[in-house]
Amino acid sequence: MSPFATLLVRDLRLAARSGGGAALALSFFALVATLVPLGVGADLKLLARVAGGVLWVAAVLSALLSLDRLFQGDFEDGSLEVIALSPLALEAVALAKILAHWLSTGLPLTLLSPLLALLFNLDAAPTLTLFLSLLIGTPAVSAVGAIGASLTLSLKRGGLILPLIILPLLAPVVIFGAGAVALVLDGMSGGGALGLLAAFAFGAVLLSPFAAAASVRLNLGG
Amino acid sequence: MQFLFRYANPHNFMRLSGAVLPFTAIGAALALISGLYFSFSVPPDYQQGTTITILFIHVPAAIMAMVAYSSIAVCSLLSLVWRHPLSDTAARAAAPLGAMFTVMGLITGALWGKPMWGAYWVWDARLTSFLLLLFIYLGYMALWSAIEDEIKAARAAAILALVGAVNIPIIKFSVEWWNTLHQGETITTGKLAAVYVPAFLTMMLAYFLLFLTLWMIRIRTAILERRARNLMQGAAS
Repeated sequence: MSPFATLLVRDLRLAARSGGGAALALSFFALVATLVPLGVGADLKLLARVAGGVLWVAAVLSALLSLDRLFQGDFEDGSLEVIALSPLALEAVALAKILAHWLSTGLPLTLLSPLLALLFNLDAAPTLTLFLSLLIGTPAVSAVGAIGASLTLSLKRGGLILPLIILPLLAPVVIFGAGAVALVLDGMSGGGALGLLAAFAFGAVLLSPFAAAASVRLNLGG
Repeated sequence: MQFLFRYANPHNFMRLSGAVLPFTAIGAALALISGLYFSFSVPPDYQQGTTITILFIHVPAAIMAMVAYSSIAVCSLLSLVWRHPLSDTAARAAAPLGAMFTVMGLITGALWGKPMWGAYWVWDARLTSFLLLLFIYLGYMALWSAIEDEIKAARAAAILALVGAVNIPIIKFSVEWWNTLHQGETITTGKLAAVYVPAFLTMMLAYFLLFLTLWMIRIRTAILERRARNLMQGAAS
């Protein structure tokens, strides 16, 4: 197996075996989605109207839960230094960790979203758009999140500062993702919004490994 | 570049800024007094009435909020590429100033919005992107103070500042896109009438000199603080 695949499989295993992995993020996602109707009322029209935004915000917050441990665990037990010494470039390491994070949170959240959309009385067409927007957009959440995670990896309470750093940077993802659903609800095509979301996600996945690798390097004292 | 490097030396910077500081400070005070006088003595606008005065305080604050962030981004780039400690100090010193300009822009924007839109906050594209800019400033400052090792904190903050600099135009674009989607109320102010130009330009100059003055004072304070700390450590050992 290539070093990249080895690291990916290792991180996925770690995510699955410590703290429940995807189950934790999924339960949080479902719980937030359950609390919203309790807060705003059970008006089905209103719920369909806000579903896109609520589920997108809930998905971003759920993905944040496991983000602060992306590099921290490896940094604390020293394995990050060993990984940094491996032939694999740190940028590729960051990309593998982003991919592992997405496979263990973003993808399961996307797969669960149609079920939650059902609870929010969302029709088939907007549900499909929501599903596609989450599929396209959640990699960007993991990628931008990786920058925040690498910047705060040496902090004991990095989990508190991480959302403050990355949530403003993720505003475009929420805007385009929820916007696509809103456009479809209004009978228009969500294609343009999905295109913009894809462009953002592509740029984020392409560029953030470099930023993440640079900050891992500085934290290793290099 | 050579010029930049000469003043990247803290000693040279202290000498130069010490000589320039009185002039920018007095200039800022004079421009602010005359700018405020102009702002309050302009004739009321045919659409906005006397609330136009708020704009002379609001628009320069908003512009300076962006100028301050650009300064941070440029300093961060200089710091990452050439590792100049002074540019770290300068970047850190500019952040609270930029945040304050952002807060001023938001508050005066809300005060202007109340008579114009009938509400303090209407989720207008510009207000919303400035609210996000404020959070970016807060995150940047929080990261600086969270990391204890000063050199690591400086480099982490510089990376974050550059990531923000890439992302801010995208955020601005996405918020404008979002605003057209939700049909928010937007008042596009037309060209500035000639009577308002002196007031606006003087206030702009005042804000700029104020930022320059406060920024230099903050950098000087940070340098002096470090020197004092070094002296204390020297005396203790």
